Amino acid sequence: MMKRTGVPNREDIDSILPTAERLAQGPVAIVECFEKIPCNPCYTACQFDAIQEFEDINDRPIIDFAACTGCGLCISACPGLAIFVVDQTYSDTEAVVQIPYEFLPVPEVGEEVLALDRSGQVITKGRVVKVKETKKMNLTKVVSLAVPKELAIEVRFFRREKRHG
Amino acid sequence: MQTHEIAVIGAGPAGLSAAIAAAEFGARVTLIERNNKIGGQLIKQTHAFFGSEKQYASHRGIDIPPLLYQKLEDKSNVQILLETKVQGFYPDDGVLGLENKEAFFPLQAERIIVATGASEKTLAFVNNDLPGIYGAGAVQTLMNVHGVIPGKRVLMIGSGNIGLIVSYQLLQAGVQVASIIEAAPCIGGYLVHAAKLRRMGIPIRTSHTILSAQGAKEVERATICGLDESWKPVPGTEQEMDVDTICISVGLSPLAEILWQMGCEMKYVPALGGHVPVRDKQMQTSVAGVYVAGDVASVEEASSAMMEGRIAGLAAAESLGYGSEQLNVEKKDALEQLHSLRSGPVGEKIRSGMHNLMQEA
Repeated sequence: MMKRTGVPNREDIDSILPTAERLAQGPVAIVECFEKIPCNPCYTACQFDAIQEFEDINDRPIIDFAACTGCGLCISACPGLAIFVVDQTYSDTEAVVQIPYEFLPVPEVGEEVLALDRSGQVITKGRVVKVKETKKMNLTKVVSLAVPKELAIEVRFFRREKRHG
Repeated sequence: MQTHEIAVIGAGPAGLSAAIAAAEFGARVTLIERNNKIGGQLIKQTHAFFGSEKQYASHRGIDIPPLLYQKLEDKSNVQILLETKVQGFYPDDGVLGLENKEAFFPLQAERIIVATGASEKTLAFVNNDLPGIYGAGAVQTLMNVHGVIPGKRVLMIGSGNIGLIVSYQLLQAGVQVASIIEAAPCIGGYLVHAAKLRRMGIPIRTSHTILSAQGAKEVERATICGLDESWKPVPGTEQEMDVDTICISVGLSPLAEILWQMGCEMKYVPALGGHVPVRDKQMQTSVAGVYVAGDVASVEEASSAMMEGRIAGLAAAESLGYGSEQLNVEKKDALEQLHSLRSGPVGEKIRSGMHNLMQEA
């Protein structure tokens, strides 16, 4: 139970995932917001009306995966850092997970990192393929990590192997 | 002595919002702040805020005071007194005693809005006076205002939003967090805050408490243990943790001394943080002309503090004859926003506390 552990269980995850068909079509946002809290910037940030307007500010976001382009604008808009974009079409064997990141120094493109699941366990290695930062992102950077395709739904953070800076 | 129209005590999110709202409709406002800058606790909130655009959602807390200040700086009817402490209230004359750089002076105001905030609660355990034991909010000030880290490895006690947010900010500052422990069976704060710590591998132990701190001159270790369903320590579950810092984040308590002095009716409502002032929907206390807003009224989020401040500021201005149709529209809007912020499951505690408080109001 997430209220005890802080980690969503399989059922929680399954309830918010796009279909396998949608995942296979290209980048899509996965909104891991499992609790009704008074917050709506994801709706305000979305330029494609893929996140439905909130009737009540406490509603959980409802995302129209067909309308979502995977642009990732919502990632850094979410104050809870709960939105990830997964692209299963990156290559034959790898998918890319976009992860909100608020630590310094930022990893370098090409760097190999330890990929962590939602409980902080190392489950695979990942490779940094992009670090995005614009002024609008307000210091929440987005790190794109290439990981084995079958683990893209599990990888949600990473740890740098060597000490930097 | 010059009589001021509205004195606002405290320039945090609630007080700033109150001053802006009252000044917008023409009231002359004197904003009194003990710190050397405005913003209250916002000046150390490096995380992005929740809520909606009207409460500056997605903005980092530290970026909000300049936005609020922009709404005050061009107004000739607003005076800001920095580094000024309200030392007391003299009920016979209705005078506030103020102190600035060791000079003491009186100030009289037709309306007073008290937005003094809250202070951190502490926790009783063995050796809780060892150096290295801090309030979580104090650590946040130390790190984010003064740029000083409290230690190398921290045990966080309490998993409310402050405990979770400060743990994350400790990690951002390069400090290790050994564990977060929580006496209740469930995490107190928002699950999104908990999730971002868990995916970094930080353990959150619910149904756990601290038994003691140990160390010769300062904290070197802490002993924690599991709690059963009736919150009693479970023998055999004791664990020692090597930490040099212990952060206590077990809630806030309203800084309401001035309200007691003014003779405001107070009520003990644990769900709202302790003794809180009885007030009406316009945020007016039992003493006519004295309003409250923010954590001193009920310990809650900055988003609701801003809305309460706005309501109190508008109501105080209205009572001085600055009312208008537009003011009513704005007040109704602020009341609706406050209501919607509290309307979900995470607002349940506040709603039950409010229900309890308002019964006698």
